[in-house]
Amino acid sequence: MNVLIGSFEQGLIYSLMAIGVYLAFRILDYPDLTVDGSFPMGAALSTLLITKGLNPFFALFFALLAGGIAGFITGILHTKGKVNGLLAGILTMTALYSINLKIMGTANLSLFRFDTIFTPFENLKETIQQTLGDSLISQSINAWLFTIVLFIFVIVIKKLIDWFLQTELGLAIRATGDNPSMIRSVGVNTDYSTIIGLVLSNALVGLAGGIMAQYQGYADIQMGVGMIVVGLASVIIGEAIFGNRSIRRATFSVVCGAVIYRLVIALALYLPGFSPTDMKLITALLVIVSLTLPRFSLKNKKKAVVGNPIQSIDYSLKKVTKEG
Amino acid sequence: MKKWIRGTLILALMISILSLVACSTSSTDTKDSKTSTEKQKTIGIVQIVEHPSLDASRQGFIDALKANGYEDGKQIKLDYQNAQGQVQNLTTISQKFVNDKVDLIFAIATPSAQAAAQQTKDIPILITAVTDPVTAGVVKSMDKPGTNVTGTTDMNPVKDQLALVKEVKPSAKKVGIIYNTGEANSEVQIKIAKEVAPELGLNLELIGITNSSEVKQAADALAAKVDAIYVPTDNTVVSALDSVLKVAEQTKIPVVVGEGDSVKKGGLITYGLDYYKLGYQTGEMAVKILKGEAKPQDMPIETQKDMKLIINKKAAKSMGVELSEELLKKADEVIE
Repeated sequence: MNVLIGSFEQGLIYSLMAIGVYLAFRILDYPDLTVDGSFPMGAALSTLLITKGLNPFFALFFALLAGGIAGFITGILHTKGKVNGLLAGILTMTALYSINLKIMGTANLSLFRFDTIFTPFENLKETIQQTLGDSLISQSINAWLFTIVLFIFVIVIKKLIDWFLQTELGLAIRATGDNPSMIRSVGVNTDYSTIIGLVLSNALVGLAGGIMAQYQGYADIQMGVGMIVVGLASVIIGEAIFGNRSIRRATFSVVCGAVIYRLVIALALYLPGFSPTDMKLITALLVIVSLTLPRFSLKNKKKAVVGNPIQSIDYSLKKVTKEG
Repeated sequence: MKKWIRGTLILALMISILSLVACSTSSTDTKDSKTSTEKQKTIGIVQIVEHPSLDASRQGFIDALKANGYEDGKQIKLDYQNAQGQVQNLTTISQKFVNDKVDLIFAIATPSAQAAAQQTKDIPILITAVTDPVTAGVVKSMDKPGTNVTGTTDMNPVKDQLALVKEVKPSAKKVGIIYNTGEANSEVQIKIAKEVAPELGLNLELIGITNSSEVKQAADALAAKVDAIYVPTDNTVVSALDSVLKVAEQTKIPVVVGEGDSVKKGGLITYGLDYYKLGYQTGEMAVKILKGEAKPQDMPIETQKDMKLIINKKAAKSMGVELSEELLKKADEVIE
């Protein structure tokens, strides 16, 4: 059970990052690689502040802030400095590697024997056990406690993002991603909305990094490596499996995508007949299976026979013109 | 709405498969304990990345267990997992071990040790290739861990190794070091090197890199200004050791390395660690725990018992180093 619960907990933490990636990648249509730097930055700063005696919840606020600043820098580079979008992200990410080392002062900072945001819930677990006794109910509540708390937290953040994207500013950001020239013509400053979008996106990534460091009990300079891949995978898996018709649906899909990605990794550990060095291969294969499996369902085949209505109209038109 | 249902189905399928496999492994364990008098113990091995030194220490650990009557598939069952360089997978792997109720965890390198220690306070954890277990937060002190963690440190005798520079090239004044600024173990070694260099009459020229593709360039930059190069036990630089050696042989600069495997690969000389032996030593500690003779809480973190002076004669020739008879006599191993 641990591995299942753990995958949920980690998936939910990563889903915050995935929502951030979704904001940049889908809403702004901006492939933002800052993530590989802002994720460990949130982790580094919150870990450092905790070791300096700051309340772990406040430390998370600073992780959020730090991520936002990272996004701001990428945004400024891209919009005002006219640096290519991909490169702007790469530059910020590269610079952040050294900055994160400076923040931590070392490559690996441990949170051993420090209180984290999870400590109050650990205490709550004890209280639950004392009041309810060692029954099955108290055991299962305790096992799933972090998951429940994280789930509620993630849903609150998701709702906030959904709400934000319906506001005037949010709509401007969405329009910036969809059709920048059109939205510029109605007088919206697209530079401004791009920057806001990137700040928000990386703030979420920084927050996720901060929570992750507290969850795993240490911050490591290498923990950002490949984070953008995890984020993009979560977004794409979620959308492919759960759909993205509305913003609300899309953000929900992204959260599920992140959880599924962690479940896949856990599954990869259990698949028999593979060597440990095949882990990445198995992960990729499992993702391929879950993405392509729906394509082979019977209903889709039927659709293919009927054909695309627009195409058939087009075809009949051609027929008409030829005959005429 | 169809996509929604399909998605939920996929999610449910994954959860059920996972809970099925996760639960079945623990139930077979209990079955075993009922049928045989001595239960087959499982050992989870978690390694951060594929790497010659880390692989060697794992092999040493397994061989030590075997030599003490714990053979894989017979008395014990080994569950080896490799995070393939992704730190974020370590937590999932550790959770799997806790889930499967393994009897012991062998964690190779610092992040693996930390991830495992975070997941369980009960299952004994043996660590190796962790340079500073106290700072890593997995033990309270080197002499008395006070936690479920014990094992070996790969702290190498930086001072003794740097002193070798003078042995192979008495005129040397400036020593160049390439290290990955992102590795905690390298940082500790650099700190020591900085402290001891003046005593040895040496100046240091440090170059920090962030990945193995930068090593060649760093070596080129160093070759122009130093009399010798020292390669600490830095995972990144060691994995790109060939590019350092190539530059050194072209420019006739001796390369002192941090452990035995690097000498075999073409480094000139080392006094120190052998990861296979370090792993073996850790395996012997594991045996004591498996037999119930000791508890990790009370077992001091061990350093390598017998450090070895290893010299590569071929490398000496190509690096233009004249080895004294005296030095060759002292050597525990000479690679021709």
